[in-house]
Amino acid sequence: MSDAAAPIKLSVWRRLDPAVATAFACIVALLFVGSLYSRNFLSPEYLLQQLKVASFLGIIASGMMLAILIGQIDLSLPWVVTVGAMMSCAMGHGFLGSALAVPVGVLCGVVFGCLNGFGVAYLRIPSMIVTLATNAVAQGLMVVYTGGFSPRDSASPVMRYLATGETIPGLPNAVLCWGAVALATIVMLRRTTFGRTLYGVGNRERAVYLSGVDTRRVVLLVFAISGGASAFGGVLLAGYASKAAQSMGDAYLLPAIAAVVLGGASILGGRGTYLGTMAGVLLITLLQSILSVMQIPEYGRQIIYGVVIIGMLLLYGRERAVR
Amino acid sequence: MIEWRFWLASQRGTLLAVAIFAIMFAFYGANHPAGFSANVVQTAANKGVLLAFVAMAQSLVVITSGIDLSVGMIFTLTNCLASAIVVGSPLSTGLGLIAVLAVGALCGAINGLIVIFGRLQPIVATIASGAIYFGLALALRPTPGGSVEETLADAFTGEVFGVVPASLVALVAVVALVWVPFSRSVTGRAAYAVGSSEAAAYMSGVPIRRAKFMAYTLSGLLSGIGGLFLTFFTYTGDAAYASGNAYTLFSIAAVVLGGVSLFGGSGSAIGAVFGALAFRTIGDLLFVFDFDPLWQPLFQGVVLMLAVSLGAFGLLRVKNRLEWFG
Repeated sequence: MSDAAAPIKLSVWRRLDPAVATAFACIVALLFVGSLYSRNFLSPEYLLQQLKVASFLGIIASGMMLAILIGQIDLSLPWVVTVGAMMSCAMGHGFLGSALAVPVGVLCGVVFGCLNGFGVAYLRIPSMIVTLATNAVAQGLMVVYTGGFSPRDSASPVMRYLATGETIPGLPNAVLCWGAVALATIVMLRRTTFGRTLYGVGNRERAVYLSGVDTRRVVLLVFAISGGASAFGGVLLAGYASKAAQSMGDAYLLPAIAAVVLGGASILGGRGTYLGTMAGVLLITLLQSILSVMQIPEYGRQIIYGVVIIGMLLLYGRERAVR
Repeated sequence: MIEWRFWLASQRGTLLAVAIFAIMFAFYGANHPAGFSANVVQTAANKGVLLAFVAMAQSLVVITSGIDLSVGMIFTLTNCLASAIVVGSPLSTGLGLIAVLAVGALCGAINGLIVIFGRLQPIVATIASGAIYFGLALALRPTPGGSVEETLADAFTGEVFGVVPASLVALVAVVALVWVPFSRSVTGRAAYAVGSSEAAAYMSGVPIRRAKFMAYTLSGLLSGIGGLFLTFFTYTGDAAYASGNAYTLFSIAAVVLGGVSLFGGSGSAIGAVFGALAFRTIGDLLFVFDFDPLWQPLFQGVVLMLAVSLGAFGLLRVKNRLEWFG
């Protein structure tokens, strides 16, 4: 019996990514430090509220995570988030508008994602610059559309319900949305051919192509999903704030990248789990929240934020030395 | 004859950037309502020079196949610092100038140390260090304000001999004093070697660490010069997150327009300068044609998109499909 149990134990231990474990350990440490300051940091209300705030970043970061997994990056995130928010708000309040607001917002994100994907996969332009250009185009379109001001349209009831309502009492719908996105991403990455291909493309696209996979279509799809996830995050944010605003997505680009990397994914692609990204998102949200509750001024928050990210990456995000 | 061809091949990106800029600017100047005068050139130069400095900073790091997402924040930090200490008597102004440049270089050096000894990926390391620099800028200037020695500022933003914009002269001087010696030194060649293939450079005994460290430090210094000039133009310091971020992102666009490969190992800071000037001219073209300024961001985005898509013509020459995957 004990002979049979030993290898299983070992495999469970080995499946535990040290980076993900460290990230979760840091979350616990952060909560501990917070609880020394105030007991409220351990109260269920506070934790649930943080989970709700984290779910917006979590949904947005899931698209970024897939892009980083295939060795690319999606810098169009800020304005695709805004496009999703503005377009879904623009659908209006009628029955049709309410029903279509969320899908239309997400679809707009997918369109911009496809533009990214086409440039990266078929034109072979580095993703950093294509997505930057797409970001500029999305910004330009939104500036023309709104006339440079924040639009007056407010979020439809459906969007508000998705972002702030509670289907299960006590559990905000935004958390459920993140849960659904997380479940879909994890199943896709672990159980589908497409998901496994992403790891392959991230490691060596050439080898995957020679194995008979049309890697260009895979890359296109990943950027489409990434755009859709960003826009969905924007839709929820608009529902949360009950309106869309200019440059509402700017505050999400760097935290999204940081969350993915803090979760143990390699920025070069091919390595990383969604569980890690969730840990990264929670870590960043908690860090921001605790720093603001402690009433540390904005400049101090920025400095601590940067120092903590560098410190954590030094713990487990180092590359091998060149040999 | 053969040497001449080699030179042309190695400078293709830079020459293309010069050509793009020349065509755009000629178009701009020819259609400007005020005509092609010294004033038009000066206004254009003052706008373009800021981005040119930041783009140069970015290009140095990109050549080593890294990326520096903190250039915009160093730019903001030095702007805030300059608005506080580049004032008063000639002595204190001079010391302030030196201190601002030293802080810029120090920020770059810290980035370099994190990347070299921390072995973190440049992209994430500089995102984090950028947050720190922005925090410091915010600590210096919670609200926009400050001042700068005005005679000095006017000297750098006016005209030399009444014709040539002083900012342009300063840009040329910086290129001659920083970029030219660097690119011709062993360290500079090592930076190209590292960007081309770090493993091969290591095997050949190239001073990898020194090259990277110099690239990041000089990058910080150049961003600092940019921040100093921003202070000269605006007379104030402002820790604006959006503007710092925009400069970082525009610097990447300018570097690519300037023919510097994001994969490292090719291109030059001179190309990046022309890329930056061309990028600024794109934005200005709309005013010339009296379009609604609302359309400017869209126009800029579309032109940027078309410009980077031009790189796809290289695909037509690919004989083996595996070359798609680099």
